[in-house]
Amino acid sequence: MLELKNISFKANVNGQEKEILKDINLKLENDKFYVVTGPNGSGKSTLAKIIAGILLPSSGKIFFDDFDITHTGITERAKMGLGYAFQQPVKFKGMKVHDLLNIAAKKELSVEQACGYLGEVGLCAKNYISREVDNSLSGGELKRIEIATVLAKEPKFSIFDEPEAGIDLWSFQNLIKVFNSMRISVQKGTIIVISHQERILNIADKIIVVADGRVTMQGSAETILPEIMKNDTLAKPCCKLNMEQ
Amino acid sequence: MEINDIQKRILAEVADLHKIPAGAYNFRIDGNLAGRNTTANIDIQTKKDVSGIDIKIKDYTKNESVHIPVVLSNTGHKEVVYNDFYIGENCDVVIVAGCGIDNCGSHDSRHDGVHRFYVGKNSKVKYVEKHYGSGTGTGKRILNPVTEAYLEEGSTMEMDMVQIKGVDSTNRMTVAKLKEKAKLVVRERLLTHGEQTAVSGYNISLDGAGSGADVVSRSVAKEKSYQKFEVKLSGNAPCNGHTECDSIIMDEGKILAIPSLEANNIDAALIHEAAIGKIAGEQLMKLMTLGLTEKEAEEKIISGFLK
Repeated sequence: MLELKNISFKANVNGQEKEILKDINLKLENDKFYVVTGPNGSGKSTLAKIIAGILLPSSGKIFFDDFDITHTGITERAKMGLGYAFQQPVKFKGMKVHDLLNIAAKKELSVEQACGYLGEVGLCAKNYISREVDNSLSGGELKRIEIATVLAKEPKFSIFDEPEAGIDLWSFQNLIKVFNSMRISVQKGTIIVISHQERILNIADKIIVVADGRVTMQGSAETILPEIMKNDTLAKPCCKLNMEQ
Repeated sequence: MEINDIQKRILAEVADLHKIPAGAYNFRIDGNLAGRNTTANIDIQTKKDVSGIDIKIKDYTKNESVHIPVVLSNTGHKEVVYNDFYIGENCDVVIVAGCGIDNCGSHDSRHDGVHRFYVGKNSKVKYVEKHYGSGTGTGKRILNPVTEAYLEEGSTMEMDMVQIKGVDSTNRMTVAKLKEKAKLVVRERLLTHGEQTAVSGYNISLDGAGSGADVVSRSVAKEKSYQKFEVKLSGNAPCNGHTECDSIIMDEGKILAIPSLEANNIDAALIHEAAIGKIAGEQLMKLMTLGLTEKEAEEKIISGFLK
């Protein structure tokens, strides 16, 4: 279980101190699928970075399986079982997709094993395994490879920061499938997805709404979704997607 | 001539040789001939006027290789060597050169290798050159290679040049002249550390219609090392030229990249790209979220970049 106690985060924005997160308290239980949503700039990504150890909170504490990890570094948290998928996938000149998956899995994956992870995110592995993780890949391809690295790491607790951001319509279709299958096999660990997409929110065990740096609502999809819809803060999938089905 | 363990290790480093290779070869160790083999299609002769060899490859020689590694293991040994390759027409061959210096003494060791390639019509040559230095002595390990390539009509030359470790000072010059439809592809990888200096210059003339050159250099300058990459592409006919210098600086490393493009024909299309910078923080962070330490992440990024 991951627990955030009184987490606040202040940052200097254009010369002025701004409180991005204000006294966040959350208990994220094992083997559950959470979706964090809320308006742009509400602090969702900051929250994800604080959990991954990329940012240090200004105050408050974080516990992972009852162990205080507030001051534990990124590497140590990763070794403890935290996984984090970047909103903007990072590119590496010269490093191949297979190399990156090997690093994530901490072993030399056979082509078949590496293909398994790429297959899960809807990529035909044969075409990608030897490709470099650089500009030669499209935004959607990079995004799926980013997700595959987190899958290969097999974390106990994973955070995906807006996995749908910047991907095309066709990739989005695949992405929903990926999260659906992760939802089904959620007993592998806790998953948090930061998303604005109704179709991702629909599959959540629990939705957490963050607005203006605070948790304003949390509960099951059935109870929270109608509330959110009233405020119309969700991005609805393109109407063409519905026609597809 | 008996080859000792140090010399064997260097041969493995510079030419990936763990045993005597198949095909033609010429081993030069501390200025002496340490082994030679010729084939029906590839002849190697010692030059009479200066130090070095002539390698002659007959027309239509295909799928054959020539290994000509050089090892310096005596401290203070200095040499200038001229190796000329005469490659016939319609060949397809691999040439593996490379020089390794092991200097455990206090005197500078130095190898200046001048390689000239005369590539016949429609021939295809892959040239691999690897430089390596080792040894704990205070004497410097110095390599100053000169490569000249004269490409006849329709020929292709692919150069793969690597210097990853241990060479204190290098001043490399590569000159190429390309006739109609000739192609040159260069992949250079360089890592300097300590107080090493490396200078790499290219002067490539695209003289024939339809000729093309693609020169890509990837380098890393660590600690207090210095690198200079200077490339000049001259388009003297309808042609395509591309150069790219991509570098990572670390610690107090310094890199100077000087691109130079000269178009002397309205249909010459020449491009240069250059980027120098430190390892991006987000790259380190991504690998750390996968469980690597910052140092391990740095090593992975560099080894991928120079692969």
